[in-house]
Amino acid sequence: MLELKHISYVVGDKVILNDVNLKTDDRFVAITGPNGSGKSTLVKIIMGLITPTAGQVIFNGEDITGDPINVRADKGISFAFQQPVRFKGLRVGDLLKLAYRGEKNVVEACEILRDVGLDPRLYRDRELNDTLSGGEMKRIEIAMAAARGSALSLFDEPEAGIDLWSFQSLIRIFEALYAKTAGSILIISHQERILNIADKIIYLKNGTVECFDERDAVLSYIAAVQKKEAQRA
Amino acid sequence: MTETEKHILKEVAALDALPVGAYNIRSNGVSAARNTTADIDIVTKEDVSGIDIIIKPGTKNQSVHIPVIISESGLKEVVYNDFFIGADCDVTIIAGCGISNCGGHDSRHDGVHSFHVGQNSRVRYVEKHYGEGTGTGKRLMNPTTVVHLQDGAYMLMETAQIAGVDDTLRETKATLAENAMLEIHDKILTDGDQHATAKMTVDLNGKGSTCDLISRGVAKGDSFQEVNLAINGKAECRGHAECDSIIMDRGVILATPALKAECVDASLIHEAAIGKIAGEQLDKLMTLGLDEKQAEDMIVQGFLR
Repeated sequence: MLELKHISYVVGDKVILNDVNLKTDDRFVAITGPNGSGKSTLVKIIMGLITPTAGQVIFNGEDITGDPINVRADKGISFAFQQPVRFKGLRVGDLLKLAYRGEKNVVEACEILRDVGLDPRLYRDRELNDTLSGGEMKRIEIAMAAARGSALSLFDEPEAGIDLWSFQSLIRIFEALYAKTAGSILIISHQERILNIADKIIYLKNGTVECFDERDAVLSYIAAVQKKEAQRA
Repeated sequence: MTETEKHILKEVAALDALPVGAYNIRSNGVSAARNTTADIDIVTKEDVSGIDIIIKPGTKNQSVHIPVIISESGLKEVVYNDFFIGADCDVTIIAGCGISNCGGHDSRHDGVHSFHVGQNSRVRYVEKHYGEGTGTGKRLMNPTTVVHLQDGAYMLMETAQIAGVDDTLRETKATLAENAMLEIHDKILTDGDQHATAKMTVDLNGKGSTCDLISRGVAKGDSFQEVNLAINGKAECRGHAECDSIIMDRGVILATPALKAECVDASLIHEAAIGKIAGEQLDKLMTLGLDEKQAEDMIVQGFLR
């Protein structure tokens, strides 16, 4: 379903991604790796938020490298931002209605907030401004991605910036999403509990794919790498 | 009423038919329809053009609609409307002016509204300005609003100029007595070579008086907006002014908040921000399927809601 061919992203003399090649049609794939390894850049390239300096993004057999963000959205890709975007004046209900492509009215669209532990009646008319906490914004962001029900849902570190209590329910949300949705999930995460529910894991380091395999194989690989690094230290 | 007039009435006062309660509909310089109630009287002024609206003390949950329609190209008028609102009232006043100018002459409406709000009364005042028409004649509006709030009175003003007004000077002056409170939510959208100036001056004269002035503006095309928000704290009081603007294309925005404290217990705050639409906001809405233009429109619409 998703194929990346020779994807590179270079800014000045800094190589962020170097000849990334990937092919996946798995249901739940996690991307992990050290900070600065290019994980966020990679998923942003898939959504079209960043244009790669080389390479192609193939989705369902079609080259979408030149497609703008909204065209990719129409073709079945959604994206949950690591830092959800705030808007003065736009309300939670407005964006959820949009996420459902206008197929549901605001009240119906907001029912999905229950899945992320928020009461629709309290949040429907809230503005997406800085009166909402980081944790609330994050839950709403995840609800929007779930509402779209895309063939491929991209999540950029959903656990970043949320408290432990929220994190427990976050795992449940992804388990539910996995069970409910027919689409595939590609998720950047450092959290073992999220990695543990993935079918496959991509381990990215210094802008290249070091390892991409079944979950247990990659987890063993990462453990071996970490052990080696610890010994060296 | 013609179709154009009906359309304007819907734009400025959200009316499909004659409203319930008291109203005065002014069309092309004359009163086209009027209704008074037992508690709300409307009297034509004899010395100048305009009306007095007299609301009896204790009037609650009633409304007054006073929309103005101009569809004759070249019509120019200055209208004085004075509101006398007794003590302990709770009323909604819907004003607004729409100009449809399909001719070559400038049309202009200068409305001077004064409000005398009695003790402990609550007033919600909604005023919308709207212009349309294919003519080369300009659509001009210069509203002046003077507000006097007596002890414990509260007024919420929701004023908006959303489209089609070529040039406007919007002046608001208010004086607040003890424990009075004024909230103003003002929204302006300008485009093309439109020009808009909004000046608000609030004198917090009474102990415990408060005001919250919120101005939101979007300047598109080659338009120009100037916003002056001034608060004078003359007693133990609280005042807040916020001027928030989105600038697009080649628009120009000049925002000048001014605070003056004449009492050591006056607490006054202002905030002003001007910026373009953030790229990440467009990106977010595009991930939900909107193209760039649609995303921009949705952001502007939300901002000016």
